[in-house]
Amino acid sequence: MSVLVEVSDLVKTFGEGDTATRVLRDLSMVLHEGDLAALLGPSGSGKSTLLTILGTLMRPTSGEHRMLGEDMTQASDAALTEFRNRHIGFVFQFHHLLPDFTALENVIFPTAVSAGRETRKARQRGEELLQRVGLEERIHFKATQLSGGQKQRVAIARALMNQPELVLADEPTGNLDRQSAEQVMDLIREINTVEKTTFLISTHDEKIAAACRRQIKVVDGKVESGD
Amino acid sequence: MLYVLKFALRYLASSKLQTGLLVLGVAIGVFVFVFISALIGGLGSYLVDRTVGDIAHVTLEAPKRDATLISGEPNGSAVVFQKATAQREVLRTGDIFLPLIEEMEGVKAASPQIVGNGFVIRGQSRAPVYVTGVEPGKVSAIADIRGKLVSGSDRLTNSSILIGASLASDLGVGVGQIITLQSDRDVERSLMIAGIFSLGVETLDARSAFVSIAAARSLFDLDQGISRIEIKLNDLNSAELFADRIAAATGLEATPWTENNAQLLDGLRAQANSGDLIKAFSLITIVIGVASALLLSTYRRRPEIGIMRAFGASRMFVVSVFVFQGMLVGLIGGVLGAGAGYLVMSPFPVPEEAASGGFPIDVRQGDYLLAIVLTVIGAIIASILPARAAAKVDPVEVIGQ
Repeated sequence: MSVLVEVSDLVKTFGEGDTATRVLRDLSMVLHEGDLAALLGPSGSGKSTLLTILGTLMRPTSGEHRMLGEDMTQASDAALTEFRNRHIGFVFQFHHLLPDFTALENVIFPTAVSAGRETRKARQRGEELLQRVGLEERIHFKATQLSGGQKQRVAIARALMNQPELVLADEPTGNLDRQSAEQVMDLIREINTVEKTTFLISTHDEKIAAACRRQIKVVDGKVESGD
Repeated sequence: MLYVLKFALRYLASSKLQTGLLVLGVAIGVFVFVFISALIGGLGSYLVDRTVGDIAHVTLEAPKRDATLISGEPNGSAVVFQKATAQREVLRTGDIFLPLIEEMEGVKAASPQIVGNGFVIRGQSRAPVYVTGVEPGKVSAIADIRGKLVSGSDRLTNSSILIGASLASDLGVGVGQIITLQSDRDVERSLMIAGIFSLGVETLDARSAFVSIAAARSLFDLDQGISRIEIKLNDLNSAELFADRIAAATGLEATPWTENNAQLLDGLRAQANSGDLIKAFSLITIVIGVASALLLSTYRRRPEIGIMRAFGASRMFVVSVFVFQGMLVGLIGGVLGAGAGYLVMSPFPVPEEAASGGFPIDVRQGDYLLAIVLTVIGAIIASILPARAAAKVDPVEVIGQ
């Protein structure tokens, strides 16, 4: 499998001087195409910071970050925004759907925002994705009319809309009951298997971690195992 | 539909009460704007119409010749050309210009006149009058004598006269009676009162008399020429430009009405400035209202903005969502306010038809389009601050909330 993401000697420090806190300490790791990896570690270990940097939402203080062969640390903000739109999807613990929009409108957002309009093709793909996550009956429901599990499935569909190479999920089942959590994980596994989309899932849940093919453990800002 | 416009509309529609109140506030501001425009404009038209409606907009006279030093003598004496005091300033060639003037663009009427002073004598009573000799068909060309007749008619012959109501009352005369008019050239004529008018200005009603130009010619011993040409224009606001133009074309002295009514113009200008100030305040209120409402919306939607940014929305997209909201609020509020202003003011009669002491509001002078355009521009400007604040939202900060 070819390398999708590679970070080496990654350092992230918050604050300056005496109050400076180093969250990532020379962290290095690689993600391959088609990986289904769990990111494990205690609270404060640097998992979320790593996820944020891999998602190009934050820049590291130092170190290298490459994705699809491109140097993410040198790219401009506008270039990173465009790159993120085309190659990275996100699933958050609290789903973060746009409440005034329907399930379908939420799903097609990444495509529509880059195109400047909602195309028929985008709507078709959005409907297919919602069908795939089992929400064909809820396509035109507002986000606020969906249950927690349904919202998270919409969030997964949205993350997949632009067929990204990498999906970063931060505690995607952390806010769901056991049954909904299992449904969401089954869905992620299926997509990973069928579409070879790479998933990096930050979690505290050992069952979720066990469902992944690879476990990366971060302790004190470094990869302790699984690299 | 533009995707950014869809977002703006959806955000506005999602908070119906807040948007409704915001649009209402903008509409009230625009209503005030158009109302003040119509009121100040109408008041100005009303005042000008009442004050200037019955006077000439431009008066053409012979150039005044002031005393001039012709030459100095070596012994210290000087030869001075003096203004003739026994001779009237006369437009000897006035008749030549008349067809030219009447053909000029913007001229409503031109009235050649012979004017002078005299006395109206009735028995033992003598009253000073200012006599205007006009062409019989042009009695009402400048002042609306016909519309202000209290008795009789405005048909002048060589042996009839029109006098003001106060003068008639002072002399105790009425239509059909004969009075004697003695000019300052000691020429007397007996004339029959054809009509009595009331212009509503005491000095005019007590001291004015109109006779035919032929009668005036004999009264003032003027064999040829005229005293002046009074001109009425379609647009009295163009009087100054027209006066310059006609003075250049004829070489005569042209006096626009504004020259003798500086105080009225000052008053109108001060009134217009006060109106502009009120309109400016209403626009400022709109800008502050829109800015504060959108700023609140920005803070309320921070998590959503963060998500949009995370999924690839550019800063420009976020800015545009809020700028479009401001523009829509300005446009909808502007159209509603201007429309409401028009509907509310329409029943009021226009200043020309307003009753004396009435409410001189002019629905035609509401500046509706200007109000809408300025409101939309103001609302867009007001939305820039919240839009910039929204574009600065850090997705990392808000996604974790």
